[in-house]
Amino acid sequence: MMDKTWIILGASSAMARATARALAATGAGLLLAGRDAADLALIATDCRLRGARLAEAIPFDARDAACFAPLLARAAAEEGELNVAVFTGSMPPQAEIDGNPGLIGGVLADNFTGPAEFLHLLAPMLEARGGGSVVGIGSVAGDRGRLGNYVYGAAKAAFHTYLSGLRNRLGRSGVHVVTVKPGFVDTAMTWGLPGMFIVAAPEAVARAILRAARKRRNVIYAPFFWRWIMLIIRMVPEPIFKRLKI
Amino acid sequence: MIWKTAEYSGWGRALKVTGEIARPERRAELLALPAAPAFGLRRSYGDAATNGEGRAIDMTRLDRLLAFDPASGLLEAEAGVRIGDLAALFAPKGWLPAVMPGTGFATIGGCIAQDVHGKNHHNAGSFAQHVTRLTLLQHGELVEVAAGTPLFRATAGGLGQTGVIVSATLQMRPCNGAAMMVTERRAENWDEHLALLDASTATYTVGWIDGTAKGASLGRGIVEEAESSAGLVKDHVPAATVPMNAPHFALSAPVVRAFNALYYRRVPARGRTTVKAVGAFFFPLDKILEWNRLYGRRGFHQFQCVVPLSSAPALRAMLAEIAESGLCSPLAVLKRMGPGRAGYLSFPMEGYTLAIDFPNRDAARALIRRLEGRTVEAGGRLYFAKDSLAEGSPVRAMYPELGEWREEVLRADPNGDLITDLVRRLGLRSAA
Repeated sequence: MMDKTWIILGASSAMARATARALAATGAGLLLAGRDAADLALIATDCRLRGARLAEAIPFDARDAACFAPLLARAAAEEGELNVAVFTGSMPPQAEIDGNPGLIGGVLADNFTGPAEFLHLLAPMLEARGGGSVVGIGSVAGDRGRLGNYVYGAAKAAFHTYLSGLRNRLGRSGVHVVTVKPGFVDTAMTWGLPGMFIVAAPEAVARAILRAARKRRNVIYAPFFWRWIMLIIRMVPEPIFKRLKI
Repeated sequence: MIWKTAEYSGWGRALKVTGEIARPERRAELLALPAAPAFGLRRSYGDAATNGEGRAIDMTRLDRLLAFDPASGLLEAEAGVRIGDLAALFAPKGWLPAVMPGTGFATIGGCIAQDVHGKNHHNAGSFAQHVTRLTLLQHGELVEVAAGTPLFRATAGGLGQTGVIVSATLQMRPCNGAAMMVTERRAENWDEHLALLDASTATYTVGWIDGTAKGASLGRGIVEEAESSAGLVKDHVPAATVPMNAPHFALSAPVVRAFNALYYRRVPARGRTTVKAVGAFFFPLDKILEWNRLYGRRGFHQFQCVVPLSSAPALRAMLAEIAESGLCSPLAVLKRMGPGRAGYLSFPMEGYTLAIDFPNRDAARALIRRLEGRTVEAGGRLYFAKDSLAEGSPVRAMYPELGEWREEVLRADPNGDLITDLVRRLGLRSAA
């Protein structure tokens, strides 16, 4: 593991932090990218003390393409296997979006266009190195549009489709792409939301993510049982589904 | 910050409250919160970590290691870091937290606020005696507190009443590796048990006591002595989770009697020495996640007292009453304590401490009340981390430095924003 480097986009999120820690324990190098510089500095120190060969905080904002180049340059300077995990995303309450549809562009940028543009810029480097993995965090919300969060869901669905295409492309060079669809995870995003059940710990999702990357799985649900829940939800015929409030 | 309304409790689950909880993920979010008492993983058994009449702050996500000096063994970490994680991470590097309680799920913040002790209390003292400095959040400001100051002494064992503990610097203790060399011996009765504890020169010493044994076997148990060791051992990871509340007969008297007899005979009569993982020795119960569900929906209480060395006969009388009651659980611990304590309200005193779990039933509550009375008579003390039933005036009398503590607390939190259910129940902050 000593020569592996992971770029973590959106590294301040609870799921990203848990993943970074698990990687730190293996001695990996970590480029922790996100917006909150003060918090990322603390996370970087934490990861170094937990065994990371390297842990650096790097500014990254999915809505600001100007910050992509310095991060790409920093990644290029690390030799060996390069990996990336994308945790960026945002989910404003649907009611807020209904009141101000101008927010939709930002939701798309955080969950889809920003990460996709970055991954597109990174892809040639991954292809040239001929290995490593891309982990994209989607969401079960992307499997079907629902009353409660369909703009977020639409952005995640777009990201799923993008990852599927990227997998098709990068697989030819030995680079593996994993799509992760978490269900309810105990993060700031779900804290205090009504209707949460069997909420998974971020550490459990992090373990599932790294296992999926290791085993070169294509699409995983985390925890696994969401595959069956979403199968049922996808099978509900649209004439019935449109009247449901789930 | 979102305030989530939830039902929550301490580890014993007997006292449940509903209240609003905020869980900051980042330092800046914590600083922006209005003053409220903080909790970690709520391993205190009673109501030390709950606030049913207001809000509370969940500190578990503020759990970053901040600095470590491998030359001196000084570690700075945020309050939400778990002791068990520190042990697992640092033991292979030759360092252990100087004091570790019986569960690795206790957080650094909680260990300071209860000034917890461990199996080495007789020679290492209490947890906060190894804290060199800490950072408190008071009125939206971060305040550095050095060991030895009155504010520090009010914070160590101070039940979170001087401010939210944000981070602390711990003096770690050198160790030989991630293994423990553990010697177990049977003690056939009370006198032998005490004699083994008194004579022990080991770094870590603790007695498991069979609370169901009566008559000539009263006080029988197993004395464990351990030293840090190098070696390759299997990691101590959770093996199972108790999935739901158990029915009430799961820990009924015949089950406990049978379990205890087997547990006692597990160690051969001549004793034995084994090598265990650090976690397996210090946190044996962490192997089973959510074991508190074994006591069912009604939860349970733990009684823990310490009495002076000269009051050993009184402690024996307590154990006899417990054995006669048939209410005891398998979890009972006897230990000789040293005098070490770091704060005005720290629990330890030189003497013997007895800790026993009881299911939450009328008869058990009545028994615990009688045991509390006996503790008062013996000149002993009850432990805030365990208590859920005591009444204010006898408990306040057990802590002679309560006045000094109150003075500091009044300065630190004049409006009483940090009062918890335990502090309210025992009237710790109201002038007696």
